[in-house]
Amino acid sequence: MPKKGAASNLLFQGSDWNFETLSRTYDAIETVALDDLGLDVYPNQLEIISSEQMLDAYSSVGMPLMYQHWSFGKRFVFEDHLYRRGRRGLAYELVINSNPCITYLMEENTMAMQALVTAHAAFGHNHFFKNNYLFRQWTDASAILSYMEFAKKYITKCEERYGTTAVEAILDSAHALMDQGVFRYRRPPRLSSEKERERMRERLEYEEQTYSDLWRTLPTTGESSDPDAVERDVSERKKALNLPDENLLYFLEKTSLILEPWQREILRIVRVIAQYFYPQRQTKVMNEGCATFVHYTIMNTLFDQGRITEGAMLEILQSHTNVVFQPSFDDPRFPGINPYALGFAMMQDIERICVDPTSEDRDWFPDVAGSGNWRETLLDAWANHRDESFILQYLSPALIRKFRLFLLSDEADEKYCEVASIHNERGYEAIRAALARSYDIGANQPDIQVMDVDLLGDRHLRLQHNVKNGVLLEESSRDATLRHVRHLWGYEVSLAGVEAETGETLYECSTADIEED
Amino acid sequence: MPNFIDRRLNPKDKSLGNRQRFLKRAREELKRAIKEQVKSGKIADVDADHNVSMPARGVNEPTFQPAGDTGERKYVLPGNREFAAGDRLPKRASGGGATGAGAGTGRSEDEFQFVLSREEVLDLFFEDLELPDMVKLNLKESVAFKRRRAGFAATGSPTNINVGRTMRNSFGRRIALHRPGRKEMEAIAEEIARLEAEPRAGAKHQQDLEELRQKLEKLERRRRRIPYVDPVDIRFNRFEPQPLPNASAVMFCLMDVSASMGEREKDLAKRFFVLLHLFLKRRYDRIDIVFIRHTDEAGEVDENTFFYSKQSGGTIVSTALEEMLRVIRERYPAREWNIYAAQASDGENISGDSERCASLLHDDLMRLCQYYAYVEIIDERETEIFGTTDNGTSLWRAYRTVDGEWPNFQMTRIAKPADIYPVFRKLFGKQPAVQAR
Repeated sequence: MPKKGAASNLLFQGSDWNFETLSRTYDAIETVALDDLGLDVYPNQLEIISSEQMLDAYSSVGMPLMYQHWSFGKRFVFEDHLYRRGRRGLAYELVINSNPCITYLMEENTMAMQALVTAHAAFGHNHFFKNNYLFRQWTDASAILSYMEFAKKYITKCEERYGTTAVEAILDSAHALMDQGVFRYRRPPRLSSEKERERMRERLEYEEQTYSDLWRTLPTTGESSDPDAVERDVSERKKALNLPDENLLYFLEKTSLILEPWQREILRIVRVIAQYFYPQRQTKVMNEGCATFVHYTIMNTLFDQGRITEGAMLEILQSHTNVVFQPSFDDPRFPGINPYALGFAMMQDIERICVDPTSEDRDWFPDVAGSGNWRETLLDAWANHRDESFILQYLSPALIRKFRLFLLSDEADEKYCEVASIHNERGYEAIRAALARSYDIGANQPDIQVMDVDLLGDRHLRLQHNVKNGVLLEESSRDATLRHVRHLWGYEVSLAGVEAETGETLYECSTADIEED
Repeated sequence: MPNFIDRRLNPKDKSLGNRQRFLKRAREELKRAIKEQVKSGKIADVDADHNVSMPARGVNEPTFQPAGDTGERKYVLPGNREFAAGDRLPKRASGGGATGAGAGTGRSEDEFQFVLSREEVLDLFFEDLELPDMVKLNLKESVAFKRRRAGFAATGSPTNINVGRTMRNSFGRRIALHRPGRKEMEAIAEEIARLEAEPRAGAKHQQDLEELRQKLEKLERRRRRIPYVDPVDIRFNRFEPQPLPNASAVMFCLMDVSASMGEREKDLAKRFFVLLHLFLKRRYDRIDIVFIRHTDEAGEVDENTFFYSKQSGGTIVSTALEEMLRVIRERYPAREWNIYAAQASDGENISGDSERCASLLHDDLMRLCQYYAYVEIIDERETEIFGTTDNGTSLWRAYRTVDGEWPNFQMTRIAKPADIYPVFRKLFGKQPAVQAR
């Protein structure tokens, strides 16, 4: 029996929730998050939804507003089937990187779960969205919802005007190139068109001033026979089109000769969405780790203050443990490294290194070991890293031992995989580097660039796949995707695989060959 | 204080449009899946939700993907127990873990299952049967309703005004509010007229006249204020949809299972039976299905045996009719059951038996049956030859005589699924009597 005084201090009792307990709990969590952890968040908007609505949200890639496309329907029937069969539970929450930050809470959650989810999403993820450099650089949280609204309306309007089939065809092709539709590196700011015109005028003026009729009288040599001139032509052309270009969708949107304005706009919409999700794909471990660490810390603080019952805390811990469970590689449940587990463990490890370092930690992390200042160290890490750099910077030998990580190298033409490194003195660095690299999207996704196109000639679009470590493309999906590129480009498209280090051409394929099949 | 929004009452099924788009996209695959299921499933199961599984190939979304079996990769895996650097693992043994780490989630989507609703199943099933839309709509409707009077309502459409009830209310209200009657007014008017007609008299006379006029005016005002029929008086007849009283029906499926009936013939026959079942199901609450197969002898069997097991022997069609007659006598008295029969055959019969079949139908069966359909399944090449003529197998010629006499007998030749529907058109065109009962 809890005493009266203790009971009045509790935020909630029992498993039922109502809006009063939700908001009381939210306030308590907010106090801990802002004052103790020093988080900095967007204003929160918490929305209660039912399981069907959660399924809806799933299938539209987690956006509250999305245009219609059959692939979302496919995802929906897939998720729906798994869910109804009981093979997969639904997420407890869904959070959207927007300002205000929208968090969906499931109505089936118990009050303890709602508290956990509020701390996890409304503060953990929210803080990460607002402060991480990738999100700050690439996404505009306050504009995304209105942009999605525009996109949805625009595509509906296109469907009315041009027919569902035509719009669907463009969307299919655009979706196929979504991964090739993001800018990975910042570009120099574009000159505004006015400045550009100004510069053009100046150049013309200069040419007029320096014009001399004498030059005209020089005999012309055979143009094409001069290799230098051809090369100069090509490089000029490439420069004018800003080639090579890694962003295929952007290139097609701006340069394709056959697209109507509305088709270009649709490509742009798909590209903007791809770009919006790009930071999330690069920060899975950190994002989830940050949210998990935040909920774990906040819930424990509240429990220590006596504001959560032991029963609720047990429920919270049980769910927390499920989330950060990491099966071994030979376990049938092994799905890969669990980003929740890795992220959470690393952040806890950083706390330990700051507060209670071993001599090994002092060798590896001289800057932070023993500083005692784990809050600031974590805030700094959350703000300035992505998965790759975070792991490279902070994965400690202690953690490698704890996870018993080992490095397996696999060469296609060998019969054996070789264990390259294990968790020992010699292996730490290699394992850390390899793990970091496996989270580098730029290194793992096929690097495909637009190399050249002669707009005045045959308009043959040449793409180049920079092959790294001999990893080629899967042929059937490669050919199907190339057909999509051709659909958007309208003329022949070819793809050449070039070994990145030696410059040797490994394969070449063209839509002309594919269509003959 | 955060902003809490309760979205639970928002419309669900935001993905419905996407789902429909997906089904449209996957139509061919789904049709194949449904066809398989109808072929292997029970007749009565067609009319329900279906669980279909389909390969993702028709609807996959290609992207540039690294090929799993090329190049040189490195995996970092957790849970090392006994490995040391330099150990070699054969690829099969650890391959599962290794590719799992690399390939991620894509694999599980290769083939997936989901549930199609009854409407979607029927849509796909009907597609190549060429049913008119109206019929499809009728079939999908689960229960037939009839509108039945059920009391009165204060709202409704003008055509349903109940005049008697409305006037009664109006009368009661007029009495309660003392609406001056016409007679009363007329009496005063007459009095005034009489007084006016009299030669001028004294002040008293004038005063009386004045009073009467005022009284009349007052009454008239009152009469205007209290209308004869007020909107509050109006009553409408109320109707309630009532499910039609449904009786029970029994459906006899008769089929020749001798060797000459191949896969294609049986498939067509099955589609025919399924469709008949759907039509009947719409009308009757309870439907029994009796399967009778025959070669040179007939027997009642279960559905599975009916469609899938083979029996050898000659062909004597009359045995099936006799068996049907026996079952009817034993279990389905015609007074309590609506009897429907559908016979599928390739038209072969032992010589001399066809006349016996015809006489069985003439003398006994046609009296008992609501409807008897005979479909002869022929080769597609034969349609040209036999199309409309009366020539054909002996069974066809014999049945032709029955067809002439009994309006509830239908016979037709079918060679492809699209031929099936016309058989039903006549049947359901001419039986409104059953519906209204």
